[in-house]
Amino acid sequence: MSDRSDRISTASPLTLSLGLAALLSLGATVALGLSLPATVEQGEYSRLIAIHPGVAWASYLSFGVTALASALWLWPRTRAPRWDLLAGASAEIGVVFTALTLATGSIWGRPTWGVWWVWDARLTLSALMLALYLGYLALRRVPNPPDARARRSALAALMAVAVVPLNHFAVDWWRTLHQGRSLAQIDPANDVDGAFIGAMLLGFLAMSLVYAWLLVHRVRVARLEDAVEETNLAAALEERRAEALVAP
Amino acid sequence: MWRDAVLVGGKDLRIEARSRVATNQVAPFAVLVLILFAFALDPDRGVLNRAAAGLFWVAVLFSAVLAVQRAQAVESSGGTGDALRLSGLDPAGVFLGKAGAVAVQLLALEVVLGVGVVLLYDVEPAGYPTLALTAVAATLGLAAAGTLYGALAAGSRVSETLLPLLLLPAVAPVLIAATRASEAALGTAALPVAAGDWLALLGVLAVVYVAFGVVAFGPLMEEQ
Repeated sequence: MSDRSDRISTASPLTLSLGLAALLSLGATVALGLSLPATVEQGEYSRLIAIHPGVAWASYLSFGVTALASALWLWPRTRAPRWDLLAGASAEIGVVFTALTLATGSIWGRPTWGVWWVWDARLTLSALMLALYLGYLALRRVPNPPDARARRSALAALMAVAVVPLNHFAVDWWRTLHQGRSLAQIDPANDVDGAFIGAMLLGFLAMSLVYAWLLVHRVRVARLEDAVEETNLAAALEERRAEALVAP
Repeated sequence: MWRDAVLVGGKDLRIEARSRVATNQVAPFAVLVLILFAFALDPDRGVLNRAAAGLFWVAVLFSAVLAVQRAQAVESSGGTGDALRLSGLDPAGVFLGKAGAVAVQLLALEVVLGVGVVLLYDVEPAGYPTLALTAVAATLGLAAAGTLYGALAAGSRVSETLLPLLLLPAVAPVLIAATRASEAALGTAALPVAAGDWLALLGVLAVVYVAFGVVAFGPLMEEQ
């Protein structure tokens, strides 16, 4: 076996620097977020603007990468196992970020709207997205040959991407209560607004870096898992062969 | 493709007609769901009447899960799935046939449920053309999405639990649009969006699911 499967750690100079950058930007986001002034309407909770939009952005980014990787797997010329691993890893991280989006949104919504949950279009869409990708991950866990698993998952991921905009229309007409898009509402010329925009954009950067760092590690873990499975299978075959030789 | 679709659809419908699973199990289940809603929502306060359109479509959705599972089970037992693959039928035709058979069963079920809603929930039927269009468009979308996800989830020991998790979030827009369009037809709608817009959304959904299934069913059939 090559040194790749012997290596136990998934770290490399790339992930180390990526992790460091993620940690630094995350720290800066927290510091800047805490330094923001409390606003009249939302009080202390307005500081969540440093976290919540960034986390939501990372969830969309993850699912976008999943869709892209799935399409690359399905396209015969670019078909390679790594796209399948990438799609699965990205969806896993996306589910975490979607759950975090819902959690931070609820924490903000409770004091601002007075309830943990409202049936607003964007909240509903996020909840549906979470369910869609939980289904996708469940499908990935079904024991299938690697090729069949990759094909089914890729089709499910593309179907999910087709469904999300349709869900968006449906829930948008059904209910709309959410704040408008965060960036479209703010006046950059205003000093206070400027600080909020800065914190939010830094949050976007930090979450993107955290996403990239998690993704590289997760893909490497998936690759190691596959290698372990292969090694175990080969070992099991070897054992059976040895038994056959010993038997009379 | 269409000839193959008619063959496969006819086969599935004949199996259902002879086994009577749809009439003896799925339809009673759907009516039972209507009765259970009455237990959950106090029938005296008019909630049932106002929510009738939504409850109707939720019952259809649950029944669709059962119908799709049934359509998949027919292929996974006795090696009939392999036979279907070796038969040389166009995969797109197989998809359209299976989805069509599910759609026919669901439409029949919707008639039963419609009568049930009128009798049990005291709903005054109105706006028949809109209701009929809603039923056709929503059923096509449900049947196509169900058949596609049914094939995705097929062949594993967990497919019974996996299918609803995959299917229900994907057909959530069908539930919303079909419910609102029905409410608009019945005159119980509280929203300004016209029935035409919801019908258009249902049409788009049906086209997307059917088109996706026609394209995706070939690769899915090959590997199973």
